[in-house]
Amino acid sequence: MSGHGEHEHTPHVVPISTYVGVFVALLVGTALTTAVAYVDLGRWNTVVALVIAVTKMLLVILFFMHVKYNPGLTRIVIVGAFFWLGIMICFSMADELTRGWEYTPLPWNPGLILPYVSHLLF
Amino acid sequence: MSDTALHHPNPTGFAHQFEDLEQQHEAGRLGMWIFLATEILFFGGMFTSYTIYRALHLPSFIIGSHLLEVKFGATNTVVLICSSLTMALAIRAAQTGKNKSSIIFWLILTMFLGALFLGLKLRFEWYHDYVEHIVPGFGFQYRPEWGSAAPGVQMFMCFYFFMTGLHALHMVVGLGVLAVLVGMSARGRFTSQYYVPLEISGLYWHFVDIVWIFLFPLLYLIGGRYMTGGH
Repeated sequence: MSGHGEHEHTPHVVPISTYVGVFVALLVGTALTTAVAYVDLGRWNTVVALVIAVTKMLLVILFFMHVKYNPGLTRIVIVGAFFWLGIMICFSMADELTRGWEYTPLPWNPGLILPYVSHLLF
Repeated sequence: MSDTALHHPNPTGFAHQFEDLEQQHEAGRLGMWIFLATEILFFGGMFTSYTIYRALHLPSFIIGSHLLEVKFGATNTVVLICSSLTMALAIRAAQTGKNKSSIIFWLILTMFLGALFLGLKLRFEWYHDYVEHIVPGFGFQYRPEWGSAAPGVQMFMCFYFFMTGLHALHMVVGLGVLAVLVGMSARGRFTSQYYVPLEISGLYWHFVDIVWIFLFPLLYLIGGRYMTGGH
């Protein structure tokens, strides 16, 4: 199961310089996202904010959470979780943002619908 | 030998159902990630509904966002990033076989930063919001300058308090977990061979940090801060 498990458990120790580098990058990202909010980029403000947030997230996941040094099984779980999150957000938005495209449905009226359904069935 | 076994039946924390410590370590880590997958979807539900209502009521959300103080949100982001670093260093102290006081030092520092986050949030944000009458359900008052956007502003504040409240609840749970880890460290439970509880608690702590990394721009920085609210 483990990729490197013949001998005793030898943890992959991340050097302090890597941790500090990631820490500084996260602080720079925070400063950047705050500064960009005061610049008028129109709708791109949100895009830039999310790109910075996702970059910060990847830094935390890969280095602070050691996923860079983990076996593939852990990564599959993580990718799966975000895939499901993507399904939830995309399908919900696909519903919500396209409601104006259709004619407004008629209110519920059994007198109209039941003959139609029975026509389909029989 | 048997005497030691009585007092320390399991000095390395190795559980007999596993092949070796490496496999035990991987199993613990994988289990924690599966729990975090459920947490991603748990918070994801809130982020999804936030996205929908933001798309429906963007002007109200911009007004609501400008009711929040960027300086406190940014400060708390920095505090949480610092706490993630100290958490990583606590685990590193165990990995490199440092003595237990070193592990405890980093854990306590992490707890201090977590408590600082909550303290800043309560004292300078939530209490201030209560005084300003912008807490839904606790004397929320529409302001004339909001005009017809006012119900949407209240909606935004609902999202703000539920999302930051749920995040703060996770911080409180994290502080409890860290307190248990301090106790385990004090009893000398962690070695360079066995530190699974530290590592998977660290995963949880970093996850809570990641949630805040998204909450900060999405709640505090909507629509850019160059705009003036109220139109």
